[in-house]
Amino acid sequence: MSALQAAPLIEIEHLTMRFGGLLAIDDVSFIGRPREITAIIGPNGAGKTTVFNCITGFYKPTVGRLLLRGEREYLLERMLGHEIGQRARVARTFQNIRLFPAMTVLENLLVAQHNKLMLASGYSVFGLFGLRRYRLAENAAIELARAWLERIGLLADADRPAGELPYGAQRRLEIARAMCTEPRLLCLDEPAAGLNPRESAELNQLLVSIRDRDGIGVLLIEHDMSVVMNISNHVVVLDYGRKIAEGAPAAIQRDPAVIRAYLGTDDEAIDG
Amino acid sequence: MTSRLPTMLRDAAFTVLVAAALGIFVVGFRTLDVGSRTGLSFDYEFVDLGVALIVIFFGRLGLSLAASGLRWPAIALGGVMIALGASPLRLPSGFLHWFVVLGGVLLVIRATWPWANRVLASAARTATGRLLDRIGNQWLGWLLLGLAIILPFTPLADQKTMDLSVLILTYVMLGWGLNIVVGLAGLLDLGYVAFYAVGAYSYALLSTQQGLGFWAVLPLAGALAASFGILLGFPVLRLRGDYLAIVTLGFGEIIRLVILNWFDLTNGPAGIGSIPGPTLFGAVFAETAPAGKQTVSELLGIPFNGIHRLIFLYYIILLLALITNLFTQRMRRLPVGRAWEALREDETACKALGINPTNTKLTAFAVGAMFAGFAGSFFAAKQRFISPESFTFIESAIILAIVVLGGMGSQIGVVLAAVLLIGLPEWFRELGNYRMLAFGLAMVLIMVFRPRGLIAHREPSVRLHPVASGGSG
Repeated sequence: MSALQAAPLIEIEHLTMRFGGLLAIDDVSFIGRPREITAIIGPNGAGKTTVFNCITGFYKPTVGRLLLRGEREYLLERMLGHEIGQRARVARTFQNIRLFPAMTVLENLLVAQHNKLMLASGYSVFGLFGLRRYRLAENAAIELARAWLERIGLLADADRPAGELPYGAQRRLEIARAMCTEPRLLCLDEPAAGLNPRESAELNQLLVSIRDRDGIGVLLIEHDMSVVMNISNHVVVLDYGRKIAEGAPAAIQRDPAVIRAYLGTDDEAIDG
Repeated sequence: MTSRLPTMLRDAAFTVLVAAALGIFVVGFRTLDVGSRTGLSFDYEFVDLGVALIVIFFGRLGLSLAASGLRWPAIALGGVMIALGASPLRLPSGFLHWFVVLGGVLLVIRATWPWANRVLASAARTATGRLLDRIGNQWLGWLLLGLAIILPFTPLADQKTMDLSVLILTYVMLGWGLNIVVGLAGLLDLGYVAFYAVGAYSYALLSTQQGLGFWAVLPLAGALAASFGILLGFPVLRLRGDYLAIVTLGFGEIIRLVILNWFDLTNGPAGIGSIPGPTLFGAVFAETAPAGKQTVSELLGIPFNGIHRLIFLYYIILLLALITNLFTQRMRRLPVGRAWEALREDETACKALGINPTNTKLTAFAVGAMFAGFAGSFFAAKQRFISPESFTFIESAIILAIVVLGGMGSQIGVVLAAVLLIGLPEWFRELGNYRMLAFGLAMVLIMVFRPRGLIAHREPSVRLHPVASGGSG
């Protein structure tokens, strides 16, 4: 790793999440840096999505500190769900796509810019009377949406209901929608799930451009190793809620603990 | 064909059996009050039942024929039924004539439906069809508005029509108001009538006790109803779907029961009477003005006529309804309106995008309630007498039915549904006891043929590419 690494964007310290008797995450710590893609991998049920749900405020962690550095420091575990998106500027996508299916592609991207537009519309008062200030803000929001539609190749579909798009396009749209909130940290939950190899390669390009051009930090949960190994800078491996390995992608591929978690112990490997 | 005929006959016979079992107690017997000594006795109406069962037999047979593609026999059967029903032949009751004709009409519709569908679909693809479609989409609203504005000046405008029009427009306004909550924000509200009641009682109390005029109370009533909307909003923030519906239903009943029992304030079940009507520049609509006031006929120098008051009320409610509509249209294009729709689509995704669901829901409840408050004030001013009986659950159900039948979120759909739902029972009055049956049948038909409401099309709030104009798109 280079010596010129930026300061951490997010620090996850001793994160523990308990659901009744089930210990879903057990004392996990890692950091995510700006301009880096940090992949979180692990077998099914390892607690990856639970980590995301803690970061984005859908769960309150039992123990742990989630520190996000922006213009000031945010303690995510103390913030309400929507404040994490609004103030700390953490955006996320979901394992099972959650678009607004009846609304058009463009409308989906405008909803993502809600807080900015709400301020510009004077909490709807100026907007109701069609004042110039709101019109300008809305035009700017549409331009941002247009730029993202060009990047994900959906410009021609802007006025179609989002639910009518093919699956791969919906995946890309969800990422663009998260990016329209202008986040500091983007959390992607299995963005390559269900994509064919060509779409998967396009996704790699998109994620790399988000990292390099937009300069934000990306946390990535992914099963598709072609995505993980090609684009991530740093990999964290979870198994049964514990962190079992961490490091550069190449090192992770050779890590015996990781191989054991994915393929079982040596004995089982021989038996199977 | 011949091989399937026995099956069809057996099927029709079975249907008759079921209908007979169901109908024998409902139609076959009628209890009569024959005086205090013997109490009740039965009147037998087996002839009616028999005729109905014969119609059902042939109706079912016709449906089977139509379903297996034998269009012409089915149409012929339907034609015979229509002819019989409309003929001077004396059937035991007037309703049976209707029943036979209706059965025949439905059969003909069913038989021609696939063919009509094909013709309509191919017609929609021609240039004229597309033009008509565009007229339907873009100009229908303006057309209806034009008709609504000139209606009082047409010969149609008698007492009865104007009364009905005012009633329909009140429901159009309520439908548009509830559309914000149910159609846009997706919050199923079964207690909408509570806000209507708050608006009505606000005006009734402030005018009779404080002497305030209609125009002064109108914004106050809206504000009061809106605050009640927020009051209801808080406890139901975490609820969705059915649970939300139950709690809002309870809220509606609570408001009604409070009005019913808070005797000192609301005069309980006796209601509040002699509520002043709305004034035109301070002038009242009456034959003789109270002391210190002027009548409208004096103000305008026209002879007094009772219908002037109705026409004035008509224009007030038209204006109020239009304000509701414009406001909603405007809100849909604002971030808060888009957030309402996004909330309806996926609340979790909204939260992840940093949208505050609490504020968004509360604004939807407040804005929806505000318009119900306006409508309530208008209702009190129009009726001049209100009592808790006007604000029962059935009102909420009718308003919700208007929104759902119209096609959730569609503004024009609400108008069409209000005309159907409020107008039809009035026009069906000649059917006597059977009018609610005909009304129910009409609703079932709409739900069969337009399951997503009369107008299910959703117009985007903003477009990146302008719609292709002309017939080429």
